Amino acid sequence: MGGTAWRTGVLALMLTLVPALPEAAAVGPSTALTEWPTWPEIFRVITLRDYNTRVVVIGATLLGAAAGLVGTFLLLRKRALLSDALSHATLPGIAIAFILMTLRGGEGKNFLGLITGAAIFSVLGTASVILIQRHSRLKDDAALGIVLSAYFGLGIALLGIATRMEAGNAAGLTAFIYGKTASMLFMDAVLIAATALTAAVFCILFFKEFTLICFDGEYAAAQGWPVTRLDFLMMSLAVVVTVIGLQAVGLILVVALLIISPAAARFWTHDLRRMLWLSGLFGAAAGFVGSGLSALTANLPAGAIIVLTASAVFLASMILGSARGLLKTSLERYWLKRKIARENLLRAMYEWIESCSSAQDPEACVRRAIPFEAMLARRSWTSAEVRRTFRHLAADGLVRPTPPDAYVPTTEGWEAARRVVRNHRLWEAYLIARADIAPGQVDWGADEIEHILDPEMIESLEKMLPEGPGGAFPESPHPIGPHRGDD
Amino acid sequence: MEWTFLDTWIVVTAMLSAMSCALPGAYLVLRRMSMMGDAISHAVLPGLAVAFILTGSRESLPMLAGATVVGLLTTFLVQAVVKLSGLDKGASMGVIFTTLFALGLILIRRAADHVDLDPGCVLYGAIELTPLDVTTLLGMEIPQAAVTNAAVLAVNLVFVLLFYKELKITAFDPALATTMGINAGVMHYALMTLVAVTTIAAFESVGSILVIAMLIIPGATAHLLTDRLSVLLVLSLVIAALCAVSGHIAAITVPVWFGFRDTSTAGMMATVAGLIFLAVFFLAPRYGLLGRILRRGMLSLGIVREDVMGLLYRYREVAPRDAAPLGLRELKEALKQGAAVRMAVWDLLRTRRIRRHTSGFTLTDKGLGESAGIIRSHRLWESYLCERMGYCMTSVHASAHRLEHVTDPEMQAALHRAAGRPTRDPHDRKIPD
Repeated sequence: MGGTAWRTGVLALMLTLVPALPEAAAVGPSTALTEWPTWPEIFRVITLRDYNTRVVVIGATLLGAAAGLVGTFLLLRKRALLSDALSHATLPGIAIAFILMTLRGGEGKNFLGLITGAAIFSVLGTASVILIQRHSRLKDDAALGIVLSAYFGLGIALLGIATRMEAGNAAGLTAFIYGKTASMLFMDAVLIAATALTAAVFCILFFKEFTLICFDGEYAAAQGWPVTRLDFLMMSLAVVVTVIGLQAVGLILVVALLIISPAAARFWTHDLRRMLWLSGLFGAAAGFVGSGLSALTANLPAGAIIVLTASAVFLASMILGSARGLLKTSLERYWLKRKIARENLLRAMYEWIESCSSAQDPEACVRRAIPFEAMLARRSWTSAEVRRTFRHLAADGLVRPTPPDAYVPTTEGWEAARRVVRNHRLWEAYLIARADIAPGQVDWGADEIEHILDPEMIESLEKMLPEGPGGAFPESPHPIGPHRGDD
Repeated sequence: MEWTFLDTWIVVTAMLSAMSCALPGAYLVLRRMSMMGDAISHAVLPGLAVAFILTGSRESLPMLAGATVVGLLTTFLVQAVVKLSGLDKGASMGVIFTTLFALGLILIRRAADHVDLDPGCVLYGAIELTPLDVTTLLGMEIPQAAVTNAAVLAVNLVFVLLFYKELKITAFDPALATTMGINAGVMHYALMTLVAVTTIAAFESVGSILVIAMLIIPGATAHLLTDRLSVLLVLSLVIAALCAVSGHIAAITVPVWFGFRDTSTAGMMATVAGLIFLAVFFLAPRYGLLGRILRRGMLSLGIVREDVMGLLYRYREVAPRDAAPLGLRELKEALKQGAAVRMAVWDLLRTRRIRRHTSGFTLTDKGLGESAGIIRSHRLWESYLCERMGYCMTSVHASAHRLEHVTDPEMQAALHRAAGRPTRDPHDRKIPD
């Protein structure tokens, strides 16, 4: 790519020529962060002493729980971002509902009316996504992007009309975009509670069906399940939760509740049932802590705090999760690596002793003192690796260090080495007998699989091979020697 | 509604920003990364806020830098989460961009105490105000936003022109690109940088959320209209410009028709873009929904037409000389179809392949020749299937019936040879010449 350099240069030059973006400096002295709340304040919030706080915190907690439950299925159905599209699509519904209600002379901001409009449009949005996916060459991502932005744009345009109307007061409609948890009323909390309950009931009633279509929709269809209708039910639950959550966290962030808690729960378990209630629990915790925090500090948007709390839970789960957490998987990988290194060394030791009778150093052979250098030459491993592995073996009482720089296997060590070599040779014999692989090449194949052979497999290998079961110990089918770097 | 020079500038600015979005956006659509554009446009918020807080002003360079860093961070984090956690890409995108957006909201709320910054403005822009902030260039007063967007458009154009081949190969076949020595990763991050820079430049005019409309919709619409990348890029630019012009006109006129005052230009631009997409989705000649339905309809109509002709030919073979010709009702019953048969008959009459009698239809000479060809294909297939393949069940008729519609003259000749030049089919009926 000779021409890349000058072309990059041209581009860099052009970028520096981008003229100054508009300046509107209004610099003020930076003020200190919000003051920390005192303990009595924290206590008041946690124990829900204030009526307003009580309503808001309970509402946010239940909302988080409902979103966590419904989101679990969305996540497993790989529809996480569809919730993004359907939440953006609610905006025109809200604006139209407001305009219609105001024109009819009613109260424009009737919550029930607004969320009805929102629900209708989010269903329309979902239908549009599915229509584009099914009937055009565009992929899912483009379908989502188109629906999300076009509906949101329509919503902004209609909102523009609403705010410039003579009648009615549209201020506060933008709360649906960013959310305004603090403005939650008792009735809203009751509505959220009812929704959460409905969502929970449906998730329990349709647990089996939802699980089936999440993991294998085509199988479900072949079994005669009404997949389309079940899908519709699942999406309706998502719509209902989204619409209810609009006011609390806003339409951009409500999708976070649907995605983040289930994603976090997934790190802790492989069991869907447990993931479901964990996800609900995480959602509830995020709602509780987030709304509590924003009640304690003035001037912090609750929706954003709730989402960040959920993100913190996600991060912690990603690292600590007991099923798929990073810590667990890397520990497992470490132990596996360690086990493999051990078994490789044990095998190398056995093979050295096996071929030792004709070696140059009969005295060491008799003592079974395996020189470190001989082991290092066996494979392409570093001396640090070999040293470390010897140390691990010594710690487990399988080898004893002996001067000068050699190791003697103990009785247990010899047994372990024999076992490892036996597995290796059984597999080699199997590969030669059954898989028609040349004796010179079986070593690699066996090297990879010998570490994961379990007792049942070894038993069936023994039965399958002419050597027969029991103590038969196969000979190595190929010459054993030091590792040659280039073959 | 009166058109002033302000409107002209609004339209020019909108066009420039829409077009500068459309170019990298087209590649996002082709790479199936549209939602990455969405994620980046949400996620630049904290980058902006941090730049504001650190510099205390809305200077260009810190903003560009902040947005670029966060844009790249978003793609990087999404990929990291996919790799580390095994979540699917959509979900990890959802986790990352909502988190960053929430962070941005909080930071902006903090920054709003010091800097003149309206979160609403960030989301859906304030293009109506851009003509008020002018700069002097070559003795002319030009809105600052127009200059900025023109510059970004130029950068995007130059980038696309310079790296046309690289972008094309990495978009369609990253593995091939790698074997050709093009670093797909570098192109990916270069494109992401461009998306972030474009988003930032355009956010003042169309806002950070509506940027995605201008990123995705022109490219997606063009994708339904053409298969050529160069045409697709030009079309995206045209569609973007069209969205901008008609979007502003719609914003100041449409609400007035319904007795309201004007509305947000950015919102209307996205709405118009959606409508243009909708129209193309239905009407595009090759990939449009109606076109495809029509083509499918024409295909099945053609088949029914051939079936009608075949039926008339067979009837002519077996019926006595003075028998009444087949009527529409018999045809419908025999073919088990209603409206399609009526349309096929109408079309055959129109093209003079059959003629109408008082009690029914018979083939014309033209129709007779064509239907003989169809029946020939049918009976040759039956002979071939039965004698050469040993497929002699009663269903051989059904198989031959399906195959006769897709048999062209050369295939017919080959079939004739392959079946051993038969003169009569397995049911002992004559194979017409």
